[in-house]
Amino acid sequence: MRKISSLTITEAVADLVKEANYILPEDVIKAIEKSALEEEAPVGREVLEQILLNNQVARREKMAVCQDTGIVVVFVELGNEVYIEGDLYEAINTGVRKGYQEGYLRTSVVESPLKRVNTGDNTPAVVHLQLVPGDKLRLIVAPKGAGSENMSLVKMLKPADGKEGIRKLVLQTVKEAGANPCPPIIVGIGLGGTFEKAALLAKEALLRPLEDSNPDPEIAELEKSLLADINKLGIGPQGLGGRSTALAVKINTFPCHIASLPVAININCHVARHKEIVI
Amino acid sequence: MNIRLPLQEEDIKKLKAGDMITLSGILYTARDQAHARLVQLIEEGRDLPIPLQDQVIYYTGPTPARPGAVIGSAGPTTSYRMDTYTPLLLKYGLKGMIGKGGRSREVREAIKEYKAVYFAAVGGAAALIARSIKKAELVAYPELGPEAIRRLEVENFPVIVINDIYGNDLYEEGQKEYRKINI
Repeated sequence: MRKISSLTITEAVADLVKEANYILPEDVIKAIEKSALEEEAPVGREVLEQILLNNQVARREKMAVCQDTGIVVVFVELGNEVYIEGDLYEAINTGVRKGYQEGYLRTSVVESPLKRVNTGDNTPAVVHLQLVPGDKLRLIVAPKGAGSENMSLVKMLKPADGKEGIRKLVLQTVKEAGANPCPPIIVGIGLGGTFEKAALLAKEALLRPLEDSNPDPEIAELEKSLLADINKLGIGPQGLGGRSTALAVKINTFPCHIASLPVAININCHVARHKEIVI
Repeated sequence: MNIRLPLQEEDIKKLKAGDMITLSGILYTARDQAHARLVQLIEEGRDLPIPLQDQVIYYTGPTPARPGAVIGSAGPTTSYRMDTYTPLLLKYGLKGMIGKGGRSREVREAIKEYKAVYFAAVGGAAALIARSIKKAELVAYPELGPEAIRRLEVENFPVIVINDIYGNDLYEEGQKEYRKINI
């Protein structure tokens, strides 16, 4: 058994939340640059230029790219040969507390969904734990803003709805979201599994590199055609009209029940933050 | 075009959906919980912690300021969550709102009726926007943290006119212009 102390995890999470909030992944920046070149709408181009400039300012001045520094989602892949000294969840939450305080990041979590009193330190994080072979610990930290999260949904389609049903649901969801989720967006789709599995697949899909495609050619084709269709909706950067509505569509799948076709759509704004470490 | 705040009637008349302008002067920040409290005070007939007449509210919850800085990152939050409260604030003199995303039919009608303007700032351009904020002062509800009401002094704050007094809506018109698919 390899020992990893909770302090190591806390320090890692504190660093990851800060970096994730100051510096966007390179593939996201590249995709925004590409859409700025391709955008037909003059206002849309101007908006994309402002977004790119904002990313530079945030990086240079160690400021949050967006003031909505999110609720922290942490994906943990825990090797079965790792022994964690202390409580994993507490280690993560202590890291979130430390990172948000040290990093001048906004605390955006309320204690009770109805009473809505701010917890004051952005805890607790939402933690997804997976046991994997090996002696490593992988932490992916993804602060998620509410503007795009609020435009997401899970829908249980009928198997007969098929690809066309999925297409309609995705296009309707993106169209209704309009300017709200801060386009250009990234659309994460979970296909299959169960009600809750589909939602998790959709969130995991948002973590994929933007330039990749699903290894299944049929799904890859669906990703491609959905992206093309979404970019014909006319929503454009910030919903002001234009071509660049989405930077990517990512679909993750899982087997499902003979009677089910669960579809989850998780939208991310252009501030697609995630940062990881392997310990 | 740069417009001075608080808003003047003649300036409001000039503004058309699609105009990219800058604002200079005083803004008040308020979002979900501050709106609920303001509306409750109005309904109870009590005094408000901020003036509403001719004022502009900016929907934002900034990040904390680093030492020596005026404010942290301060981009717009999604506006529709304030729709329930907005018509009453417009009735009591509010003339402008800055946020992002479309408004309900009720809000758009109230904007026309009370001759106000809805502006959008670029969502996610929060570090850039912070540069045009020259002063920030907490004026109410410090216990709400990022949701507290702040009085901001801004210079050349960049916004786009979405809903004007003539009933135009830039989201509707802009998206229609580039739509190549109907669903």
